[in-house]
Amino acid sequence: MLKTLFHGQLQLGLAQAGVAALTALLVAMAAARRGIHLEKDLAIAMARGLVQIVAVGSILLLLLRGRGWTSVFLLMAMIVAAGATSARRAKGMPGAFQVSTWAIACGAGSVIALMTALGVIDTPITALVPVGSMLIANAMNTNGLALNRFRSDVLAHVGEIETALALGADGKNSVSPYVQVSFEASLIPAIDSLRSLGIVWIPGLMAGMLLSGARPIYAAIYQFVLLAMIFAASGLTSLISTLLIRARVMSPAEQLILRPGQ
Amino acid sequence: MSLPDPALSDSVILRAENLGRSVPGKILVAGASFEVRKGETLAIVGPSGSGKSSLLRLLNRLDEPTSGTVYLDGADYRQIPPRELRRRVGMVLQRPFLFPGKVADNLQFGPKQRGQTLSPTQIAELLAGVGLSGFESRDVSNLSGGEAQRVSFARALANSPEALLLDEPTSALDEAAKREVETLIRQIGQEHGIPCVLVTHEAAQAQRLAERALVLEAGQIGRNGPVKEVLHA
Repeated sequence: MLKTLFHGQLQLGLAQAGVAALTALLVAMAAARRGIHLEKDLAIAMARGLVQIVAVGSILLLLLRGRGWTSVFLLMAMIVAAGATSARRAKGMPGAFQVSTWAIACGAGSVIALMTALGVIDTPITALVPVGSMLIANAMNTNGLALNRFRSDVLAHVGEIETALALGADGKNSVSPYVQVSFEASLIPAIDSLRSLGIVWIPGLMAGMLLSGARPIYAAIYQFVLLAMIFAASGLTSLISTLLIRARVMSPAEQLILRPGQ
Repeated sequence: MSLPDPALSDSVILRAENLGRSVPGKILVAGASFEVRKGETLAIVGPSGSGKSSLLRLLNRLDEPTSGTVYLDGADYRQIPPRELRRRVGMVLQRPFLFPGKVADNLQFGPKQRGQTLSPTQIAELLAGVGLSGFESRDVSNLSGGEAQRVSFARALANSPEALLLDEPTSALDEAAKREVETLIRQIGQEHGIPCVLVTHEAAQAQRLAERALVLEAGQIGRNGPVKEVLHA
């Protein structure tokens, strides 16, 4: 229907974006009727996302024609931005930005470096940046989920944690049960993606590879490769961030810093 | 505050000196100075929001004081590692917060933190002390409110504390369970000689259990002395 109304690619794209955004807003409005207010967050996130992706797309056009080493700086900038974004899911947790950035840098960064060194990810900037960004983005989501779950669990179990502290428990051990649960919960989307690969979900990269002339069987295998790398990057990121953050919610005198109303 | 009687100073277990805590925009506790002696129960009374629990949490350093300090057996508690301090100054909260599993596992929790294990005899003695003989293998999910609170007392006593902090330990219990726990608190002071600091909003409970009381008003100690004098003033 839209294609009959809009003939230019840009106009069609904007119209499609408008319809998709409207659908998302309708869902947010339905949630608002049940007392869950996501409208403001969603509107800002969508506006930001659209501006960012168009801006980055324009910049990438220039950068992808640049030298190979520039991809390192691009990926580093993405890691810092990912750290800042997922830290917002850990409101009130001291050092969430540093923890997130380090975790994503070590988790996603090390998987990208290893896979590039082994030749699993191609080195040209046109391959390294898009694949690397997928690993970073997924690591960011996993990290956000882990920190958010950890924060809620700690706030819901202040009594249990302080009881353990009052009995002479070590600060880190007192919050350990919640570290484990947060780690497991954060990896559910990555595991489900792997499990449903090809049945529920066909990643966009496969379509791109097919369009650019890759053999269908190689394109299919590479989707598995990609998801396995995403799981490795996300898992390592979540493991590092949950281990780092558990020390941040305790003071040097082993007092719980993260408490309701603080 | 008057200086302690030299004859009694040897028996002082806890001494708070100018203890205070403030958070941005609010003073929770200010200039609290008092002593707790061996075998006695000191009641902290006052209206809701007067800072009773905030003061109690400063005594085992669950919160950090922003002024003053506490002396445990004459030693500044900032010089004592927090885990050792909390082993020596036990705490029982309003809700028992038992860890999932058996009653015996809960009693083992404190000693295990130091790499120690209680023998079955020690566990039996601790449970007998709180009137729960034979409860070792009971799952904590099957305990009544009063039983759970008595297990939390036994769990605190398993650490062999030198003092106990009690934060409204009967406020979530029915009348019968409350009387049982009150009897237990008296035993702890009289039989074990362990001093208790009891936070309560009930003046009558303070009179039943404590020898001395201090009244907190907006984070400051209003009156401090023998319970009958303080609560009848």
